[in-house]
Amino acid sequence: MSLVFAGIMSHGPGMTARADRADPAVREPFFAALKELRLALEASRPDAIMVIAAEHFANFFMNNMPAYCIGMAEEYEGPIEDPEWLRIERRTIPGTPDLSRRIIDEVMERVDVAYAEEWKFDHGIMVPLSFLTPGFDLPVIPANINCQGPPLTPLSRAYEFGRAIRSACDAVPERVALIGTGGISHWPATPNSGKINESWDREFLDRWTRNDREALTCYSDEETLRDAGQGGFEIRTLIAVAGACEGERGEILFCEPIPIFATSGFAGLMQVGAGSLAKAA
Amino acid sequence: MSLYALQKLIYELNRDPAVQDAYTRDHEAVLTRYRLTDEEAEALRRDDIGKLYILGVNGQILMHFAAWRGLSWDEYIQAMKEALVEHGQVRGGLYAAVDGGRGGAL
Repeated sequence: MSLVFAGIMSHGPGMTARADRADPAVREPFFAALKELRLALEASRPDAIMVIAAEHFANFFMNNMPAYCIGMAEEYEGPIEDPEWLRIERRTIPGTPDLSRRIIDEVMERVDVAYAEEWKFDHGIMVPLSFLTPGFDLPVIPANINCQGPPLTPLSRAYEFGRAIRSACDAVPERVALIGTGGISHWPATPNSGKINESWDREFLDRWTRNDREALTCYSDEETLRDAGQGGFEIRTLIAVAGACEGERGEILFCEPIPIFATSGFAGLMQVGAGSLAKAA
Repeated sequence: MSLYALQKLIYELNRDPAVQDAYTRDHEAVLTRYRLTDEEAEALRRDDIGKLYILGVNGQILMHFAAWRGLSWDEYIQAMKEALVEHGQVRGGLYAAVDGGRGGAL
């Protein structure tokens, strides 16, 4: 059928692992925004959810790092981290290999994407799913963009990856939801964990809500590293969602720095466009 | 130049319970499978998370390893801070370039 939902959210492991240590005055409205995101997702009646994530060396290593990869396994296991540390129980999450395969075939028309029939989910996917599909019952199509270290795919290519995903979703009969998840500015896994460049975050999200392709993709990696930390490379996941909704506008439901989560807690929705709605009717 | 091997060892430990079991039984036997420098092997033997950070292990690999080795979140952050004081800035890998080359130094 088409793309029926598009959203973005943060995925810091602290959101589950250290939720009790966040200031309730910020945590509660953030979690309320994530609930709003979940209700919007459920209202879209998706057959599957595609998660564009920034994997953290759980499956892909520097011996063979794909710039882009989409999963097509029957099932996935997660979290790869110590479940007690992440506070998410280890479980099996259903995949949808046939739909994955058809989407990969379409994406390949425009982007050279790798595929994976084995994939262990890390916090980058498990944390968002724990908020959006807490029963872990909606079939998942995982997608990864290497955001961990250079050589990194250009931001313009991340936008193009999103456009290719959109074409693929429009070509299948199923209802596909899309969630992009990554940090904005953050310095995770360093002694500066908790440092957040709030004005940079707000400027980036403003560009995202306007779906301003030029403004979203003009950051150099040197600028991002300087102003948004090495975690800022993960904006590729959010840019891809904008690419999937080219010409549409987004809305930020919540964005506030939450240092114990190592990032701003944020949630956003983007219109998926009249074209897809017409097809849905 | 064996930072790659050091990170690969920790990556494989992080994701494979069988490698974890082997490491728990006889960590020396696992260490010999990778071309590590003496300094890297010693940091692993001592579970010296801070030193591994200074040697350039990517933080996303190290964070999960630290949790597996039993460090709480605060202990893990503190280990990196103390290592920066003791050993100076991060020597290799991506994190050496963070914060203008200070590797996340406060």
